[in-house]
Amino acid sequence: MRGSAGEGQRQHPVITGKASTRGAAFALFAPALAVVALLFVAPLAMSVVVAFRGKDGGFTLEHFAKSFDFYTTDLLFTLAIVVASTLLIGAVAIAIAGYLTLGGNPRTIAVLRWLYRWPLFIPFVVAGQLMRTFLAKNGMLNHVLIGSGLIEPLSAQSLLDWRGIVVAFVWKQAPFVTLLLAGAMASLEPQHIEAARNLGARRMSVLIDIVLPQVRGTLLVGLVLSFVTMLSVLSVPLMINPNSPTMVTVDVAYRISTHGDYPVANALCLLSLALAAIGAVFYLRHAAARVEGG
Amino acid sequence: MLLRGAVLALLAFAIFGPLLNLLLWAFAERWYFPNKLPIEFGLTYWYRVFQPRGNALASLGTSVWIALLTVAFSLAVAIPAGYALARLKLPWRGAILLTFLLPQAVPNLPVYVNIAQVFYQIGLNGTILGVVLVHASHGLVLAVWIASAAFASVDASLEEASRNLGASPWTCFRTVTLPLATPGLIASAIFVFLESLDEFTGTYFVGVPDVTTLPLLMFNATMGGNYQISSITALLLLIPSIGFMLVVERFLKADVLAMVGR
Repeated sequence: MRGSAGEGQRQHPVITGKASTRGAAFALFAPALAVVALLFVAPLAMSVVVAFRGKDGGFTLEHFAKSFDFYTTDLLFTLAIVVASTLLIGAVAIAIAGYLTLGGNPRTIAVLRWLYRWPLFIPFVVAGQLMRTFLAKNGMLNHVLIGSGLIEPLSAQSLLDWRGIVVAFVWKQAPFVTLLLAGAMASLEPQHIEAARNLGARRMSVLIDIVLPQVRGTLLVGLVLSFVTMLSVLSVPLMINPNSPTMVTVDVAYRISTHGDYPVANALCLLSLALAAIGAVFYLRHAAARVEGG
Repeated sequence: MLLRGAVLALLAFAIFGPLLNLLLWAFAERWYFPNKLPIEFGLTYWYRVFQPRGNALASLGTSVWIALLTVAFSLAVAIPAGYALARLKLPWRGAILLTFLLPQAVPNLPVYVNIAQVFYQIGLNGTILGVVLVHASHGLVLAVWIASAAFASVDASLEEASRNLGASPWTCFRTVTLPLATPGLIASAIFVFLESLDEFTGTYFVGVPDVTTLPLLMFNATMGGNYQISSITALLLLIPSIGFMLVVERFLKADVLAMVGR
């Protein structure tokens, strides 16, 4: 990234040259590499093979045809949920991190900093359980809405459908992106912001014109990581919205546990990989460039 | 001012509402529609969860044991790897880095599905070792990145000074680099521990039918409609998560945090 080559980049003492040190470095790294290759890369490659292999062992597209026959709605449903969640997470993270960086009231900043991060390390499976009771027809959300007169008791409805999944995802992932974003914003040059403020720029325009462009990379990385993570979450859709239309992860688990149907399960996995591919390619390029640059 | 207070209150409700709801369920004896609050509070379900031969304690034990083994395995592999990544000149560095970014950038479901199939054939399904390996494959990547960030943030001139004074590479690593990187390494151990403790999808595929970790127990209770048991189990899972959230910055300085997930 432009601008990251300047201050704060320590020069790593690279012990260079001799083949023996390169060999030593590789030997130190080899066990980790072997584990990732065996337990990650190999299963991923296997997924491709199984998804394209017919009963006779030859190449086939029938598993994909079956996947589209049965699960096109679910694929679109998954994409819609994950995209909507990602956009909402971005909006929440920008709002909170922006206020933490530019906000005028120190006490509000302190409260906000303490408040936003509670869900940070709460696992998805627990977030699913929390929302399953909170958003139910008889859940606390409806009781509070009724109690405050915002809705009639009769119009209380369960949010345990796609909305519940989105709420659980945003609740769980927004703090993570906010943490990354607030960290990036805090390491910006304060003089830039102060200069703009002194020249009379309003807070909103400082955020949009000066702060956000400089932390765009961090924001996108956080969002891509969230996007990919949410595509893989099984527990939340299983607990909140297990019936069709539902997310592809639920279909994969169903194909395996009920039918032992690994080919279609793997075809579905590859299709969700394809959904993640755009984000993944961006992330890999961006992250590799960062790491290479220091 | 009023607006600011209202927004903060709304945010507080959005964050603590679900947690409060869980707390109510954990202590509810009876609670049904349309009552806003439980009709009766009590500890009956707590006794049931914590009875000496109950499933919950056994699952808690299994979860902690798996998490500890995962941490030991991950760190043993990640510390040398993180050091090599941060300080030495690795051959094929670009390709290796790409391989190590992959697990974060790719949905993990196909990996778990196929590991489960292979493990089933070689008898690792439903064993502690199988679950540890699955957890480690994911925890390891995190551990390598954090360890590498921790080593990279150690001031290199201190190492140079020690080498110039005649310390061997190993002595220098053991007495200078390692102690200075320890806070970051502790953080990576905690990260891996929590990852393992909270992991659901991999255990769901690989652990069946014999390994029931706490998240799986909670999930089963929820799907069985037993909200008290699942809420109590969820509370047990929340304690380490929230504890870590509260202390994370003591271990992970901003400069290390900023390097994670790049």
